[in-house]
Amino acid sequence: MQQDRILLAHGSGGTMMRDLIEEVFVADFGDAALERLDDAAVVEAPAKRLAFSTDTYVVTPLEFPGGDIGRLAVCGTVNDVATAGAVPLYLSVGFVLEEGLPLDLLRRILASMRDAAAEAGVRIVTGDTKVVERGHGDGMYVNTAGVGVVRDGVDLSGSYCRPGDVVLLSGTIGDHGIAVVSVREGLAFSTEVISDAAPLGALVHAVLDAAPATRCFRDPTRGGLASTLNELARASGVGIVVDEAKVPVREQVRGACEMLGYDVYQVANEGKMVAVVPPEQAEAALEAMRQAPYGADAAAIGTVTEGPAGRVHVQTPFGATRVMDMLVGEQLPRIC
Amino acid sequence: MSADLSAAFRDPALADGVVRRIHAAATRPMKIMEVCGTHTMSIAKNGIRGLMPQAITLLSGPGCPVCVTGNADIDLAIEIARQPGVVLATFGDMMKVPGSYSSLAREKADGRDVRVVYSPLDALSIAEREPDREVVFLGVGFETTAPTIAITVQEAARRGLGNFSVLSLHKTVPIALEALVNDPSVEIDGFILPGHVSVVIGTRPYEPLASRYGVPGVITGFEPLDILQGILMLAEQLRDGRAAIEVAYTRAVSPEGNPHAIAAIADVFEPADAEWRGIGVIPGTGLSIRTRYAAFDAAKRFPVQPPEPRQPKGCQCGDVLRGAVLPYDCKLFGTGCTPEHPIGPCMVSSEGSCAAYYRYTDHGRG
Repeated sequence: MQQDRILLAHGSGGTMMRDLIEEVFVADFGDAALERLDDAAVVEAPAKRLAFSTDTYVVTPLEFPGGDIGRLAVCGTVNDVATAGAVPLYLSVGFVLEEGLPLDLLRRILASMRDAAAEAGVRIVTGDTKVVERGHGDGMYVNTAGVGVVRDGVDLSGSYCRPGDVVLLSGTIGDHGIAVVSVREGLAFSTEVISDAAPLGALVHAVLDAAPATRCFRDPTRGGLASTLNELARASGVGIVVDEAKVPVREQVRGACEMLGYDVYQVANEGKMVAVVPPEQAEAALEAMRQAPYGADAAAIGTVTEGPAGRVHVQTPFGATRVMDMLVGEQLPRIC
Repeated sequence: MSADLSAAFRDPALADGVVRRIHAAATRPMKIMEVCGTHTMSIAKNGIRGLMPQAITLLSGPGCPVCVTGNADIDLAIEIARQPGVVLATFGDMMKVPGSYSSLAREKADGRDVRVVYSPLDALSIAEREPDREVVFLGVGFETTAPTIAITVQEAARRGLGNFSVLSLHKTVPIALEALVNDPSVEIDGFILPGHVSVVIGTRPYEPLASRYGVPGVITGFEPLDILQGILMLAEQLRDGRAAIEVAYTRAVSPEGNPHAIAAIADVFEPADAEWRGIGVIPGTGLSIRTRYAAFDAAKRFPVQPPEPRQPKGCQCGDVLRGAVLPYDCKLFGTGCTPEHPIGPCMVSSEGSCAAYYRYTDHGRG
């Protein structure tokens, strides 16, 4: 590659595109299936049930404390596949690059994807690139799709929650959303909070080993914990009561939320997992979560109740109760 | 404030003791209004209403700056945003607030240049970066935001910026509270006075509430224990038949306020009449930009004529803001008016009392 930035011609289908693919994408990802440069990757898959998920990643800035769009794109899809009780195996990656994107930035992001994929134990086996004119994309957009093999005997669904079940959360909430907003807006507390973007496949399987009757996993990304719990309550036709004092929140994140007028339950996470487990396996599941990578701060934060169906309540430390509401529209900073 | 210190203001054991003392002091029916929207939110979020004895009713007041901004003023901001070359910079709260015919969010979707900023100084930076654009900052707020905006105007003058102005829709709190006390449709026995506003203006501007009208007030902060302590002090005054302006927020509020902030406000602004949603025009409760800073006054720079304002049918935001009705008494609450489809500003703003009731209680959810 002679150029130090992306040009429109890199998406043209000609020699410059070939150079970009061979010298950058294939070289940086270094996967045998990718190196063949065929139109489709051919991979091995055991004759079992597959879990299949896709997600598209859009974030400004592309790099932020604790991660970047590449790490997000790998971890996010890996985690979605893992929530089905699957071992993630293969990823596809599609890029939309904006003309003028510095090549060294692209390569840093690719290296970060490679590291995240290695950590998650998945292979990036096929990909695609398009280039759009300057001003028509925020540097880059990334789509990933992932395939994984579902464990034998595992059947998980958000509709399986039953009264008495225990809600587990793998760690502190709000870190990703606050890390991104603080660098985007140049807020003073930016240095202290880093994104939690992380692959959680190992954590999911550690919980399943300890608690085979687990009802479901969800990763509380956009919309935060509030959206995840409300979706589960609605899907299962149950209520959920969360004990506010048990929900791990970093003090800097809490402070930032108060300053910005955000509800921390509605702030995005990229490396957290919610698990709903039957009461008799809750202790074992929590212990397994705490021993697993990225699960040290895990806590049992609430219980599933008969009703009111589809409603999530929070018990405050003062013994009062309020509703945990879902985000409406986008979060906007307040006046005072 | 350090993490440990602020945690102390959420200590459940301490709170429990204060709640028991509130129950003991509530010897007669007491209608207490929390003036400030941040208090309203904190009360709802911490479930404080559920901890009160029967005798104490907590009313939410007019202290949500977005909510008390009248439709005519919102329409004016929208009309200015529609002028060619204008960048309208605003705090995020204002985006979704419906005016008579549109909202800033809708105008943005229609292609107007409306940008959310975190501080008026960000708007100043836009003006410097984009000299061929006319940057208008939408100044909505109380005495809390007025000093920063005053300093921004002073800074714009110092830098000689010719493409920056402020549409000042600011309001000041104390005289508006006197108007509420004089309103026969509202019963208020005591006020929880706003912490942040009082950091700026001190305690003296509230004195007439107690001395002239016999209505006590307690200034307090925003942590659950601050609020409980404020309610306790009010309940004790009412039990003892006293009326004074007291401070439960001594870590931040002094009688004379912040002289630098007051001086900045006085340099840039002068008192003006202001229209409060639900209350009407209250003389002397607005802040308009003084003639010597007229070049930075968007109201003068853009002599636009927005269409005649209209009020949404059935919306009782005005009654809610005066404490005349509770949010869920409004027929639209939770049915015609929800955070997804707000009819009035009290359902939109992050400080709005309808939003607080809707988000944090089971009211209006069928």
